[in-house]
Amino acid sequence: MPRKLPALNADNRPFWQGGENHALLIHRCGACSRYFHPPSPVCPACASLEVGPQPVSGKGKVASFTVNHQPWTPELKEPFVIAIVELDEQEGLRFVSNIEDTPADAVHIGMRVRVRFQQEEDVWLPLFVKD
Amino acid sequence: MFDRLYEKDVAITGIGQSEVGRPSQLSAMRLTVDACLEAIEDAGLQREDIDGVACWPGDNNNGDSFSPVGPNALKNALGLQVNWFGGGYEGPGPLAGIINGAMAIASGMCRHVLVFRTITESSTRQHNKQASALTNKTQGRDGSFAWQWYTPFNVLSAANLIAMYAQRHFHDYGTTPEQLAQIALTCRRHAQLNPKAVYRSPMSMDDYMQSRMISTPLRMFDCDVHCDASTAIVLSRCDVARDGRHPPIRIEAMGAALNQPWSWDQISLTEGAAFDAGNMMWARTDLKPKDVGSAQLYDGFSILTMIWLEALGLCPRGESGRFVEGGKRIALDGELPLNTNGGQLSGGRTHGLGYVHEACLQLWSRANGRQIADHQVAVTAAGGGPLAGSLLLVRD
Repeated sequence: MPRKLPALNADNRPFWQGGENHALLIHRCGACSRYFHPPSPVCPACASLEVGPQPVSGKGKVASFTVNHQPWTPELKEPFVIAIVELDEQEGLRFVSNIEDTPADAVHIGMRVRVRFQQEEDVWLPLFVKD
Repeated sequence: MFDRLYEKDVAITGIGQSEVGRPSQLSAMRLTVDACLEAIEDAGLQREDIDGVACWPGDNNNGDSFSPVGPNALKNALGLQVNWFGGGYEGPGPLAGIINGAMAIASGMCRHVLVFRTITESSTRQHNKQASALTNKTQGRDGSFAWQWYTPFNVLSAANLIAMYAQRHFHDYGTTPEQLAQIALTCRRHAQLNPKAVYRSPMSMDDYMQSRMISTPLRMFDCDVHCDASTAIVLSRCDVARDGRHPPIRIEAMGAALNQPWSWDQISLTEGAAFDAGNMMWARTDLKPKDVGSAQLYDGFSILTMIWLEALGLCPRGESGRFVEGGKRIALDGELPLNTNGGQLSGGRTHGLGYVHEACLQLWSRANGRQIADHQVAVTAAGGGPLAGSLLLVRD
């Protein structure tokens, strides 16, 4: 299934390319120790500029999900599962991804998942599978 | 908390709306002009009286069907001479034009601001069925502030993100599909009494349940219906609003706050920005939710209406499913008539100002076959996810 890829820049490159080295890289603040996402050159909690990507476990749980049935473009292969995954490292640390290799009707809120990278050109998409 | 409640200097004095087509044969500008001239006349004004123009989102994407006409084009078309004009997507959602226009009046820059919203998504979809898919809007790689985080996962519509709000609402509060259906069923019942509504045929619970699944748990009838239309509102400074054709409808309070990230996935999944806006609005008035006589609440997707009911304190948090169950409370003769023109789900996706237009019709007792009981206080709200703005309107 084709995917629209992100334009890379100095802030988001670690997140989208960390998978090349099998690492999910999430920005963290050196001053207040909080993780944050999406990546940015400044900590949204304390405004420190001492921020940078750090590897996390890649494990988490489904905060919410949806099974998409709508053919938004002719190339899509629906149905497929979209989820918001909350990482174990910090409450509320989460991002949108897909749940792969799991029957759609088995996905539920709270389901344990782990990251699995999928390379598309110079981007390693952090997708998730049931853990 | 606030030193000056600027919106209390501002009133709605006139409203207008073009035909609501699916599609319309008229140009986007003609729809806009029809709505604006009607609103100016309805306010008892001449176009020379208009000294400000406001719009959300404006011509932000060079004629995109989501907003084909912006303030610059409208100003030229009507030959308006203005002290201030502005548009732009960023702000507290589809009511931002009213919020900005009211600020222009309260700050002393304008006396009468023309606010409008034009949309032509129906005619565009005649030749491009994927017109609403985001891949059609950005070519090549996605470098957008928000959507680059979603499109790589084939999240190509806000429907997917808002479906996840619905799923979480179901999970946290026990909301059921039958409860959610009441928003769509209620809108359809009300649309049957609105000659301009897009969908006017009866809809049963079975019809709803059998409608195509778009993105679980949202079905086709949970999604609003595209149309071509323009809606216009005239805002006037209260001291010059007294000579109009209708009693001024004062802006008693506004909600525009956002205390969370501007993001579809980092924001509270069960609150969005709506609770921030609602809390701000009620902090700026002595009126209470129990004073509200009608509610016109955003139904771009049905779950958003449920979230607004809670965010505005019209029912307790998490209780919107039980509040709308059976549909009696939100019917035209119920305790809180909701989306009395059929909303966007059945009336048409006029996108934002349609709610204000309908609230004013009801407050002025001009809603003909769908007129509800006489009342003085109405609430309108628009937006979903990180977009949220609300207005408390009072006819003295």
